[in-house]
Amino acid sequence: MMDILQILLSESFWAASIRIATPLIFGVMGALLCEKSGVLNLGIEGIFAAGAMCGWMAVWLGAGLWGGVLIAALAGAFFGLIHGILTVPLGLSQHVSGLGVTLFATSLSYFTYRTALPNVSSPPRIEPFRALDIPLLSDIPFLGPVLFQQTAMTMLALLVVGLVWYVLNRTALGVALQAVGDNPDSVDAQGLSVYGLRIGAVMVGSALMALGGAFLTMSAFDAFFFGMVNGRGWICIALVIFASWKPGKALLGALLFGAFDALQVRLQTEVGAMVPGQVFLMAPYVLSIIALVVAARKAEYPRALLTPWFKGQR
Amino acid sequence: MTESKVLSLNALSKRFGSVVANDAVSLDLHRGEVLALLGENGAGKTTLMNMLFGHYMPDGGSIDVAAPNGEMQPLTLGHPQAALSAGIGMVHQHFTLAENLSALDNITLGSEPLFALRRDRAGARAKVQGIMDRTGLVAPLDTPVGKLSVGERQRVEILKALYRDARILVLDEPTAVLTPQEADTLFENIGAMTGDGLAVIFISHKLREVLAFSHRIAVLRHGIKVGEIATSDADERVIARMMVGEDTPVTQRDAMTPGAPVLTLSGISVRNPSARDSLTDVNLTVHAHEILGIAGVSGNGQSALASVISGLRRPDSGSIQVDGDEILNPDPKTMIKAGVGRIPEDRHHDGIVGAMSVAENMVIERLDDPEVQTNGLMNRSAMAANAEKLSQAYDVRGPGINARARLLSGGNIQKLILARVFEQGARLILANQPIRGLDMGAAAEVSRRLLEARAGGAGVLLISEDLDEILGLADRIMVIHDGQLTEVTSRNREDIGLKMAGEHT
Repeated sequence: MMDILQILLSESFWAASIRIATPLIFGVMGALLCEKSGVLNLGIEGIFAAGAMCGWMAVWLGAGLWGGVLIAALAGAFFGLIHGILTVPLGLSQHVSGLGVTLFATSLSYFTYRTALPNVSSPPRIEPFRALDIPLLSDIPFLGPVLFQQTAMTMLALLVVGLVWYVLNRTALGVALQAVGDNPDSVDAQGLSVYGLRIGAVMVGSALMALGGAFLTMSAFDAFFFGMVNGRGWICIALVIFASWKPGKALLGALLFGAFDALQVRLQTEVGAMVPGQVFLMAPYVLSIIALVVAARKAEYPRALLTPWFKGQR
Repeated sequence: MTESKVLSLNALSKRFGSVVANDAVSLDLHRGEVLALLGENGAGKTTLMNMLFGHYMPDGGSIDVAAPNGEMQPLTLGHPQAALSAGIGMVHQHFTLAENLSALDNITLGSEPLFALRRDRAGARAKVQGIMDRTGLVAPLDTPVGKLSVGERQRVEILKALYRDARILVLDEPTAVLTPQEADTLFENIGAMTGDGLAVIFISHKLREVLAFSHRIAVLRHGIKVGEIATSDADERVIARMMVGEDTPVTQRDAMTPGAPVLTLSGISVRNPSARDSLTDVNLTVHAHEILGIAGVSGNGQSALASVISGLRRPDSGSIQVDGDEILNPDPKTMIKAGVGRIPEDRHHDGIVGAMSVAENMVIERLDDPEVQTNGLMNRSAMAANAEKLSQAYDVRGPGINARARLLSGGNIQKLILARVFEQGARLILANQPIRGLDMGAAAEVSRRLLEARAGGAGVLLISEDLDEILGLADRIMVIHDGQLTEVTSRNREDIGLKMAGEHT
């Protein structure tokens, strides 16, 4: 018991929680934007992989780190455009198209990687984002190491949460996005473009998802591996429901998941001798399922989620 | 009313495949005028208005709209945005509101720059408040629209149009969802707005309100404008003849002595998370040779009542008797066997299986009948013979008995359902909105069949939102409000309307 308390009070535990949560924050904000407009984007898992590969490869080929971030975002937006065109004007099944995009984006990323680097035994490394050392702020006891000795991408993720919240709740664009996810006819009747809003939301959302992937290869690690996304995209889909499509709660959900994950790693070393390690690996997922069961029953779905809308049919 | 023209539709035509929805329809509208657009279902009223608003691209013709300075200018067709900026506002029959947003957000949606960092909420609120003060159209601005009543939502829809400085307002069946009192208030508000110079077109099929509130009436039939008449020169007979092209047969309801009870509900309660779908201590009896009308605004428990009687929903308490026998475990099959025939509210969804043939749909409630099956194998020739016979007798028209049922028109689907219900010799007929959405011919046919069943000794429970339908058919009337039933003895529209609105006077 004392051990757990010790873990919970340590700076490194909280710093790790935020670090682990960062890709989820990007992903969950991306998924939230898409779903707010009425489009479920199950392409997320593949878009993570594409973002991870493109960002890393851009840097490896000589681009700057922020250049890599931009390339990753563009790659994400590209796959978002595919998903958007298939599901919005063409009105195909969002589930099928999303899973298709995941398979396509994942395979294309692996293929590109293998084509560019046919015979490497160990993955080449890049110089990733370093932890920031913000003068004064970083020296605050506890809060400094936890919050301000993260990499710039983590800062960006937190900034994105604020931005998404502001856009959704304080701008005309956000109102229009919420409206198109609730009743597309309302947007159409006021002379706005349902297709434009939805495809735009899916593209921007997918770009954010790709940043989640880019964080993995450019901040958390310094190389690209097959299978490194490892279900993070799916977790984001679940977290959006957990958060009832609210950015603040989504941030909380991502942090909670990050904390579970950081805790299980530490518990493994503490009590690992008595309990098989797999139990700990499983724990964050089991806990998130439980959290979902509790939270999702009250979730307020965007009413038009999954429902295609066609111009001129009413 | 002044004579300055604000809108002219010039020979608008629209085809959907081989169906001509509008054939060279021309129409003028003047400042401060209320024009009623009448016609049966499928006459092309909504298509015409959708072309005006840019939802549909006309195949031919043009539209001219007056600019604020009174000069007539051609309207860019096929673009809602162009119609909006020309000062045309439309209130659709199905509201186009985002329920998760407040009324204010719905009103300002689309009229502010999308990519601005800030919104002028205070300015918008002041403008809306000004309109509300001027017109009397009051709605709470900050509550999510999903929590507003139907009447309030409709006012939000109209405010949306006025906020954009609409000079021409189109209302598609505005009173279909309102209580009679709400409808009167709406027309009072419209009166106030036309005083300010607004021109209004409203689509309706309720002759009473058309005669009471419009200045001029235009009638469409089969996509063609068949006539135009000043309301002061019109009466119900004249308009009905213009709509149908002939005199409509008046449904004759002979007096009859009610027989033994065929359906008795005692103390039925249904609790549901949504209050719109609950029943509290409902007691009613329908006798043979009797039509009991249940009047009420939609969403007051009608669907729960229908579900209980058709066996789809087991009540939480209370008992059901059909033809004197208590039904202990109500499920759809038991209820059908006991003699309940149902004409469901959503005839496309709950009345037929669209992907199955007309012949199959006609026997779908008696699949274990030895006439149509032996040892689990369907007797296709018997089904075909049955379908031919019923199609003849009930005048079900369509591409044939082997065509999928969803290809039939709404009126013919309803006739198919009638055929099925009446051929089973139902003791009680549950008719939930049997006439809604049908044209006058089909509606008259349904009414005639219900009266015929009554004469033949069945009891009919008629649930309807249309008071005229209830007054025309029912022997006794009960009002459903908030899941509770009250009998009304008066046949006065005013009295029944008050009960529908939940006033206990």
